[in-house]
Order: sequence, then structure tokens, then C-alpha cells
Amino acid sequence: MIELENLSKTFKIKDGLVKALVDVSLSINEGERYGVIGYSGAGKSTLVRCINFLEMPDSGSVTIDGKRMEIENGVLYSLKNGEKKKMSEKELNKMRSSIGMIFQHFNLLDRSTVFENIAYPLKYTGKSKKEISDKVFNLLELVGLVDKANAYPSQLSGGQKQRVAIARALANDPKILLSDEATSALDPDATESIIKLLKDLNKKLGITVVLITHEMSVIKSFCERVAVMEDGKVVEEGRVQEIFASPQAPITKRFVSSTSSLSKIKDLIKADSPLIKPQEGESDLYKLVFDTKVNSPVISEVSRKFDVDFNIILANVEVVADATIGAMIVKIRGEESAIKAALDFLKESNIRIEEVPGV
Amino acid sequence: MSDIIEKIAPNLWAYRARFGQSVRETCLLFIIPGVISFFLGMLLGVILTITRKGGIKENKVVFRILDAFVNVFRAIPFVILLIFLIPFTRAIVKTAIGVKGAIIPLVFGTVPFFSRQVETALANVDEGKIEAARSMGSGTFGLIFRVYLHEAVPELARVTTITAISLVGLTTMAGAVGAGGIGSFAINYGQGQHYQDIVNVCVIVLLIGVCIIQAIGSFVAKKTTNRAFIQKTYKKID
Repeated sequence: MIELENLSKTFKIKDGLVKALVDVSLSINEGERYGVIGYSGAGKSTLVRCINFLEMPDSGSVTIDGKRMEIENGVLYSLKNGEKKKMSEKELNKMRSSIGMIFQHFNLLDRSTVFENIAYPLKYTGKSKKEISDKVFNLLELVGLVDKANAYPSQLSGGQKQRVAIARALANDPKILLSDEATSALDPDATESIIKLLKDLNKKLGITVVLITHEMSVIKSFCERVAVMEDGKVVEEGRVQEIFASPQAPITKRFVSSTSSLSKIKDLIKADSPLIKPQEGESDLYKLVFDTKVNSPVISEVSRKFDVDFNIILANVEVVADATIGAMIVKIRGEESAIKAALDFLKESNIRIEEVPGV
Repeated sequence: MSDIIEKIAPNLWAYRARFGQSVRETCLLFIIPGVISFFLGMLLGVILTITRKGGIKENKVVFRILDAFVNVFRAIPFVILLIFLIPFTRAIVKTAIGVKGAIIPLVFGTVPFFSRQVETALANVDEGKIEAARSMGSGTFGLIFRVYLHEAVPELARVTTITAISLVGLTTMAGAVGAGGIGSFAINYGQGQHYQDIVNVCVIVLLIGVCIIQAIGSFVAKKTTNRAFIQKTYKKID
């Protein structure tokens, strides 16, 4: 659905150049829920803006729904039947109107009612008043705000404003919806309901959603695939459950640990807590990582088989993209040889074992 | 009623026909240049906004020329501007006196001030709204009329009020160099013949005018903040 190839973008600022995108290539499938995560300044916002050319890349190519566009020195060309032509502003505006976008601060018109905001992209497109009215009320039904048609944005909560923005973004029946930190200004309840709404829309309409965020929890609950960005580059990309189960890049590890209660171990180590000090007959701390492949009651099995006891310090089991992923930090009590045998058995049962550093 | 006025302001009463004429002249000096300046200043303010660096139609050359024009004419004191523009006014409208001769200098005195105010008002429109409209495929005209001007209405009402009040001041100054109006009446008949009652009444009349302008401006600004001036209600069409 969306192919990005070798996109580069450099911003000139007062004291030098900022490389916002460095040779970024991505491929997003039709109907997919795709996430882009990174800290602020990583280039994720620029990347999503290059999909509808709110930001013009310096070079690279963008293919949307089979339509290929190339950018050379910040000039946009469209390719039709192998013929390369400079894209006019009119063509560009038309292309933009076929991609929906929502924003962190909603960006609704404050002096227009909910109805008028949603009707904005429909006006001046040759549609009759009735067609526009029907479409707007259909969209309001879709986002659950029919009773707010004549309200002004200042009378709505943050979550309701984002619903209006979503309805507005869907007015032209786009195949793609871009979401730029759309939940970052919302409280946890509103975030959850907006995520749920986006998921429903993705299922109901088959719309491809590209979502940018700095919150791993949003990726976890919404996306199927994710790209992790740092310094204008995609450092890691793949299915969300795989990224969660075995993050490779250091920044990905940081993002993953940010959503896990296991990160509390650092505080325990720092505080020199007696909880983590091995008592007599106890092993050091181990982190047992459970991938999707594990589904037998392996801990109690090992405990019985090797006559060892597990002292679970921290545990975190989550459902990520419909798969169970988990990890726990344990101390093992028992004979030294039995502990070793138990660990070997765990490894054979597809459990990854990591030593916990710093103890 | 006329007895009372005759008692309080006997000299004004004696010149009442001339006074009525002056009020009419001031109204013309306010309305004609006011309407012209409103549209010219709005146009200039919009062009300054969209051509500046980072604007939706960035254009260094156009911006620099207009920016310099506005700065120069804002820097010249109005009384000097009046004299400075006499040859230009003569060339255009064939006279430099009377209401007709004052229109051009009043426009030149008002437009630069107003266009700066418009520019500030438009700068207060959230960039995000512009970006959202661009993402929906709006072109330059759509962005100007459906976002910038639409969202800035309350702020534009405020700056129009400020400019209108300053224009009232300018009309009295224009009066001093032969444009007529309340300003010249107060100087020639009031101050010139030491009729203090005439000066006092001129002050009161101008004050009332300014208060009315301010009241209208504040009302419109309040009525258009976060809502439309006239609200339309939409119902599902069956």
C-alpha cells in the first residue's frame, strides 16, 4: 500500500544541518496497522509527513496504492506509464485529500461546529448539501458523536475532539489514515477509547493506519508491525510481538523495558534491596524470557523434576498482538548441580535465560 | 431642547449649520478611507502573512518590498505625510483639499498600520490548523479564506476597532490642513475665536463616536470567539 524508498530529508537550522531522515525505506501493507516509534527528534514526524508530502523529502520515492512518485532535489515527479512528469500543486492537493490524517492537538477549526469541521473536506468538491449532510451524519455515527453535531470544539473533551478529527479525516473515504501522536495529549481512558476506535475502523473499513507515537504501550495495544527510529534512521523493524520478545537495538530495548514492570529491578539493585541478595543455597538472579512458543507449565515441571524452588522476584506477562509474551526475574534455591540442570532444561524448553547485570 | 443647547453652548448654536456640515464631513472622512483601508490593509496583511519565511506561499522578494513599504509609511508622522503626499494626491484626484483631497493621505496613514495588525492577528492562527487543512487538500485560497481569515475573525474585529479609532484621530489632523470635518471646525471656530464651548462639544461628539466604535468592536469580538457570529444548526436530512 505504501512503499517508501531511500527517503532523505535535511533541515537547515541556524547553526548547521539536521538530518531528519537518512535513507529511510519502509513497506506498509494494505489494511495493516503499522507503528513508528521513536523519541522526539528521531524523525518519525517528518517520516509520516513525507507520506502525504506535508513535508517534501529531498530525495527518494513514495509509492501509494501503486502510484509511484519520485523526489529529486525537493521536487516531486509523478510516474505514469514510465513517463516522468513534474507534479502540479493541484494534483498534489488531490492526492493529499485521499489520505486522512489526525494530529496530537486535533487541529479543529474553533469557530466551526462539529458538523462544519467534518464537512470541511467535502465542501467545494461538487457534492450536494444532502450528500454532505448524509456523509457527515454517517461519520458522526461511526465515531459515536451524533448528538454533538452542532457543538463547538471548545465544548468537547479531548477524546471527543479527536473523534471529530478522525471523522473529518475519513470524510473522503481514504484508504490510508496517518496518525501523528494522536493519543499523546489524551488521558489514559481517552487514549484507550481512541485506540479502540482506530482498531474498529481498521477492521470495519480495511483502512491502512500508520501511527506515530513515543509510547510503547500504544504500539503494543494497536500495531501489527512497528519501525523503531533513531536519528533519522529506522534501526529496527518487524512484527510487534517479535520486537517485544527479543528487541535487538539498544533503543528498542529501552522502549520495551519502559512498558514492563521488570524494569523495577534496576531500582531494587540501586537501592541494594535485600530482596535480590542471594541467600544461602540460592542462585544469582536470572531473567527467564518466555516467547510465544512456550505453552506448557514449565516452571512447576522443572521445580518437581530437579527438586529446586523458584523465588519469583518480578514477573510480567503480557498479550502483545494476540500472543502471550512474558519474562520473570527469579532466584533458584537448590543443589548447585540441580540448578544447573534446571537451567539447561529451561533452555531446551525454548526459554531464553539472561543474567541480570549489576547484582 | 434647542433652548438648553443655546444656553449651554451659545456659540455652537450660532454656528450650528457649519457644525452639522463638519460632522457630515468627518463621517465621510472616516467611512470612505476606512472602507478602502480595510480591504487594502487586509489584502496586504494576508500577502505579508503568506509570503513570509515559512508561509504557505513563501516569496522573499514580494515580502521584502511590502515589508519595507509598510515600515517606511508607518515611520512617517501623519502631519508630515499629509504634506508629503500633496503632489501625489493632486496628480490622482486633481485636488489636495477638502474631503476628496484627504482620502489618499488617510488611506496611506491607515493601511500600513492596519496591515501590520492583520498580520499579527493571522500569525495567531494555530499552525496546526493550517497543516490539517493542507492534509485535506486545501490550496492557497482555501487556506486563506477557510482557515486564516475564518479563524482570525475575533482578532480581526479587535484590530479593526483599534485601527478605526486611530483613523478618527487622523481625520481631525487632516482637518487641520483643509480637509474640513470636526477637527478643522474645532480649530477654526473654537480655538480661533476663543469659543471654548465649541471645543468642548467637539470633544464630546468625538468621544461618543469612539465609544460607539469600541462597543461595536468588542461586541463582534466577543460574539465570534470560539463560535460563528450567526450559528447554523444542522439536522439529519431524511
